[in-house]
Amino acid sequence: MASNFKQLLNSGKFVITSEISPPKGTNIEKMLHHIDLLKDKVDALNVTDHQSSVMHFPSLGGCQVIEERGGEPILQMTCRDRNRIALQAELLLAYTRGIRNVLCLTGDAVVVGDHKEAKGVFDLDSVQLLRTIRQMELGKDLGGNNLDGTIEFCAGAIVTPEARPIEPQLIKFENKVEAGAEFFQTQAIYDLDNFAKFMQNARQFPVKILAGIVLLSSARMAKYMAENVPGIFVPQYLIDELASAPKGGALNKGIEIAGRMITSLKKEALCDGVHIMAIGREEVVPDILEAAGLPSRVMA
Amino acid sequence: MKSITKQKPFDEIKQQLDRFDRVYIIGCGTCATMTKTGGKEEVLDMKKRLEELDKLVTGWTVIPTACDEMTEVAIREVDGAIRNVNCILVTACALGVHRVSLYIEKPVIPALDTLFIGIEDSPGYFHEVCAQCGQCIMGETASICPLTACHKGLLNGPCGGTNNGKCEVDKEKDCAWTLIYQRLRDQGRLDLMRKYHPPKNYQVMPRPKIIKLT
Ligand code: SF4
Ligand code: SF4
Repeated sequence: MASNFKQLLNSGKFVITSEISPPKGTNIEKMLHHIDLLKDKVDALNVTDHQSSVMHFPSLGGCQVIEERGGEPILQMTCRDRNRIALQAELLLAYTRGIRNVLCLTGDAVVVGDHKEAKGVFDLDSVQLLRTIRQMELGKDLGGNNLDGTIEFCAGAIVTPEARPIEPQLIKFENKVEAGAEFFQTQAIYDLDNFAKFMQNARQFPVKILAGIVLLSSARMAKYMAENVPGIFVPQYLIDELASAPKGGALNKGIEIAGRMITSLKKEALCDGVHIMAIGREEVVPDILEAAGLPSRVMA
Repeated sequence: MKSITKQKPFDEIKQQLDRFDRVYIIGCGTCATMTKTGGKEEVLDMKKRLEELDKLVTGWTVIPTACDEMTEVAIREVDGAIRNVNCILVTACALGVHRVSLYIEKPVIPALDTLFIGIEDSPGYFHEVCAQCGQCIMGETASICPLTACHKGLLNGPCGGTNNGKCEVDKEKDCAWTLIYQRLRDQGRLDLMRKYHPPKNYQVMPRPKIIKLT
């Protein structure tokens, strides 16, 4: 049976996803709180997989909790920490726990994280991981052996519409589509004209695209992201707008900007939905939804 | 081709020689000389530094190519100076250390860290071009090895970290997949960017790699 999320994607609804960052440690209280806060307000929740190569409670663990509490999890899987044996095994486990959506990522480099001396695995890449899922769905593992019980996932990937140069990224995007990606969550976008151009090309493919909305919490953070995070471009007018916010009001300004962007994306039907990343401020996601004028409760 | 080496931190060498007070030093006249890490000059410098530690350096030699089989002859010639030492310190790459250890029954200690097999771009600048994977795909990647030149060894195009043609891990390093893209484009072979590369076979030749070439 197709996942709820997949059905929603295909229903033509403007889909909203967000994400949960698991804790560094066993204190999962905050994560549980965020899950409870968001699980009925958005259509699905990603759980990050050692985001920025910083060791955390695992994505799969977070997804199990979401599923147990009646939410719709999207399992983020990077190729950085597991070889093909471990990745396949985790897909088996995820499936048996009722998880039906996977986001396949290459993963950040080990050296940007907090275990800089670790061995980066990258036995598979994101395209190969997508194909692995499709092959396992047909009942065979990567070694060509029969599976006793198969899997079925709604598989997605990411794309960076602001990457420079863009051409090799677009080819990789097509390679992911070819490999079986059904949906894409994009890296943060802020320039809607650029994004519209990206979508013009992307529209020819039979995939759903959720625009990445990363909350800008201050002018400083926006500048930092624009200067340091590859593939993110923040127009100067947004930085100025954040800087012009009254003291202590930058976060509200950021929420307003995110809400405004979502409204435009939806109104102009630029894409199939949005993926909201509040990076450590999950509690304001409902405020972003409200600023976007979206119903506070999703009817699944 | 060169075996690219770097001298170990002197403290590490000191610690490894801790229990040895009589040392013989062997350098290499090929790669380690070209990289200025284990040629005559560096051997003499090492001798001086060991003597400052009150070690007795009974002698030294620079073998023309420490990794080849002529090393046996070279070692036999200095047999007298080696007989009474407690250890041999080798300022050659790991291949040289291995070779020397075949002919001397005493402890053989590397003074260098072997970094990679690479080429010299300009004096003093070396870079790795091949990771010896055993199944070369450069024919389809415009003679740039993604396994080696891409930080993550990705086989199917760039990650999202490409930063104006540089790699996400280092603004000084080119993104391999940007280079591959540009070269394939210039060669009119962009279709190869769309070719699927299946997961790498890491057992083309299981380690340790041994082969008899006829
Ligand atoms: S693919 Fe790369 S690592 Fe493998 S043999 Fe060719 S150059 Fe060397
Ligand atoms: S930025 Fe380029 S070279 Fe660096 S890991 Fe990504 S694809 Fe590889």
